[in-house]
Amino acid sequence: MAQNKPSLGTVLTNGIIKENPVLRLVLGTCPTLAVTTAVSNAIGMGVAATVVLICSNIVISALRKVIPDKVHLPCYITIIATFVTVVQMVVKAYAPALDTALGVYLPLIVVNCIILGRAEMFACKHGVVASALDGVGMGIGFTLALMLMASVRELIGNGSWMGITIIPESVDRLTIMTSAPGGFFTFGCLMALVVWFEAKREKKGAGAQ
Amino acid sequence: MSAVKLASIFFSMILVNNYVLVKFLGICPFLGVSKKLDSAFGMSCAVVFVMVLATSVTWPLQQLLDANGLGYLQTIVFILVIAVLVQLVEIILKKYMPPLYSSLGVYLPLITTNCAVLGVTILNIDNGYNFVESIVCAAGAGFGFMLAMVLFSGVRKRVEDANPPKCFEGLPITLVAAAITSLSFMGFGGIIENIFGTV
Repeated sequence: MAQNKPSLGTVLTNGIIKENPVLRLVLGTCPTLAVTTAVSNAIGMGVAATVVLICSNIVISALRKVIPDKVHLPCYITIIATFVTVVQMVVKAYAPALDTALGVYLPLIVVNCIILGRAEMFACKHGVVASALDGVGMGIGFTLALMLMASVRELIGNGSWMGITIIPESVDRLTIMTSAPGGFFTFGCLMALVVWFEAKREKKGAGAQ
Repeated sequence: MSAVKLASIFFSMILVNNYVLVKFLGICPFLGVSKKLDSAFGMSCAVVFVMVLATSVTWPLQQLLDANGLGYLQTIVFILVIAVLVQLVEIILKKYMPPLYSSLGVYLPLITTNCAVLGVTILNIDNGYNFVESIVCAAGAGFGFMLAMVLFSGVRKRVEDANPPKCFEGLPITLVAAAITSLSFMGFGGIIENIFGTV
């Protein structure tokens, strides 16, 4: 494994498909389940987390030689919490509707394991540019996974996508999909789907050789 | 009257607003540590303890922040307080109660990044609870977490013996099982209003 010097392109695309934080690494499950009742919320959450992820990755990788090893976790948490507070204020000021929709999950980005996980696994070992790109890739991967979950749940549970009604009103809604059990169920099924695809692709690869 | 309100907060946190199964807080330990009954129980004991302790510290702190117009520092202050508290509890347990430390110790570091703990401290402030209500709410949230963990560790044991389709093996089938467990908790909706009346 040539992990020492991965090209910047791979760093960027890694987070989107191969190491998708939600569906492959199973990180950040709480916001994934909680905010994916509507596509617009999912995008808001994804963008907010991406901004925090990119900023904290940049700062942590820039300070990686200054932060003493013994207290690195508290330092990371402080840096992340600072950016979360900034994002929180911006959202409150410019998108109050999103702030109400995300509620407590907005400050809870602090304890989103994707962000601390990337700081620990990537940003503290790589340069600023690579870390920023990793943040972008992981953020996009997170947002896409959230959107996918939310699309399924909003379409089945509410018959709409991004608030636009797609399934006619005369068809009964499966409201269970937008409440808690539907979240677990959709997540489980999507994960199974990813495993199934992966197995299929591996089989194909083995067959070609 | 106030005792009734406290009881209704406590039980609604356990049954109706269960943090894990209804509000999706603390999913990571829920999926990670619920494999065995005793570790699920140990983890939940630590969570109850830290939740109550963290709330009893963060609630007065929030009043202090508000009084000085520093309410926007909430997130930073709370997460640091929780991190420090967890560290402190770990050190104290290690020194004075080694048997308890050996059973709870391994779960303590995990609690810092448990969103249920930060969540309960912030939600207490958002809901405008007073000090006693906040403590009761935190205890309820902790016991709700415990109930979900213990119940689910039992479910999980059965799931492990089952024979799902290949792509569902492992985490996916666990999540589907969690969906069904969560479905059963939806049945509690409205129970609090019926018992205690609307508060």
